[in-house]
Amino acid sequence: MTTTPTRELALRFAGVTKQFSGGTTALAAADLEVRPGEFVAVVGPSGCGKSTLLRIASGLDDITAGTVSVGAQRIGYVFQDATLLPWRTVYQNVALFAELEKMPRPEARKRVNEAIDLVGLTGFEKHLPHQLSGGMRMRASLARSLVLDPDLFLFDEPFGALDEITRERLNDELLKIFELRAYAALFITHSVAEAVFLSTRVAVMSGRPGKIIADIPVPFDYPRIPELRYTPEFAGLCGEVSQYLRDA
Amino acid sequence: MSETTTNLPSERTPVTAPVPPSAAQSRRPDTRVSLAAIGIKVGLPIVVFGVIIGAWYAVSDLLLTQQQQFMLPPPHRVLQVGFFTWSNFTTLMSALRLTAEVTFIGLAISIALGVAAALLMSQAKWIENSLYPWAVVLQTVPILALTPMLSFFFGFSLTSRIIVAVIIAFFPIVSNTLFGLQSAERGMHDLFTLHKASRLTRLVKLQFPAALPAMFAGFRVSAGLAVIGAIVGEFFFKQGQPGLGTNMSVYTSLLEGEQLWATVLTASLLGIAVFVFFGWLSRRVVGRWYSPDRS
Repeated sequence: MTTTPTRELALRFAGVTKQFSGGTTALAAADLEVRPGEFVAVVGPSGCGKSTLLRIASGLDDITAGTVSVGAQRIGYVFQDATLLPWRTVYQNVALFAELEKMPRPEARKRVNEAIDLVGLTGFEKHLPHQLSGGMRMRASLARSLVLDPDLFLFDEPFGALDEITRERLNDELLKIFELRAYAALFITHSVAEAVFLSTRVAVMSGRPGKIIADIPVPFDYPRIPELRYTPEFAGLCGEVSQYLRDA
Repeated sequence: MSETTTNLPSERTPVTAPVPPSAAQSRRPDTRVSLAAIGIKVGLPIVVFGVIIGAWYAVSDLLLTQQQQFMLPPPHRVLQVGFFTWSNFTTLMSALRLTAEVTFIGLAISIALGVAAALLMSQAKWIENSLYPWAVVLQTVPILALTPMLSFFFGFSLTSRIIVAVIIAFFPIVSNTLFGLQSAERGMHDLFTLHKASRLTRLVKLQFPAALPAMFAGFRVSAGLAVIGAIVGEFFFKQGQPGLGTNMSVYTSLLEGEQLWATVLTASLLGIAVFVFFGWLSRRVVGRWYSPDRS
């Protein structure tokens, strides 16, 4: 696998092709760049290899051809499922990555408490995952990655399984967190509205084999208020993205 | 795999999880429902117990002639002679103590060996492929065929009895522990891969805790099997102090039905006791976060 560190970009895919051993081609010459501080959303039909994109960026999967350059030092990865360890409390779950990275105890404690506070789970430190709602579990999952203060965040449809109200609220809160720290992010979703609301750019992927077929800048300024969702400009941009998706 | 065989009626009551503050008010209606459920769960087995006792009397008093009654003496005779006659009672208790000892030593050895074997197998597919078939063989070999050989090497007393208990109790611990160690979801493994966790860290922080519910299910099945193993062992290896199994074969040859049935009942109670104990222990250790009803 050709992974070369680069300074100017958080992440760059150039002609990335991924073929599984069974013969299915998940990605075909995909190109995509994420600059520091940029929030890039990726939308595409289901099964088009969106998740594969993230698995490759994080090093979980190899590539068949092309180049992946990772400029980010630390990568945060938030999965579709909260993947909390059921025997650990919220606090212990949020502390997991700090433990695995062997962060010194006092610093870990401080950062875990900050992260729990940032995602609004203060008071639930001693709860077990099965005692939390789906939204709260995703908050804990997000906090777990925040602890490491990554410079690139990978999101794999993190709010896909949640109801619309919870999802919109978590979108608002996620943006607040990102305004505080200006992380770079690659956010996979199948919701066009979510993609447009969160991102600085929306990349549209084609059906299998996956390829980036459009890269649409989102002109709205941050901080974005929830009411942005009801403006004609917002609806217009969503329509444009949807049009590309229909052609995909 | 063995979960299905471990469901005592009491096991189906969901483990009461600590209730988050907000949900505390909504608990009241549940209590009444569960009281009715407990009534059914306790009441129905009692009815069945009554039917069994009735059938016992019917067979003993109506079906069997006076000369045949030693095969199934009526329940009150079993109680009177088997349990409430002092000399019989002390014999029974000392046999119980010995059988319990063989059971616990055998079970402890099975747990140590079984968990160690499963941990080893979980570390590489080739180790699993080379060892697992032999665990299956050990499980399927007829214990009767082994007894003459065991007597050559270990004589006719305690050691051989313990070995029989180990052979019988070993397999469910291996299979359940191995199954448990391999049960952690791929997504959870990804977390550890992303942060370059060592093999040991992954084992200690992910695979082992994930395996605990299956391991305890295995311990429970094996505890019951260890009792059977101890009694079977005592049947064959009669040197030294008598255990429940030894006495059963003696009473059988003397046609002492009352004492035989008292011994059989005591052996069953020992089996139930270890089974219930491991159910309780399992709930103590993993019940906080794991319940069979919850996914």
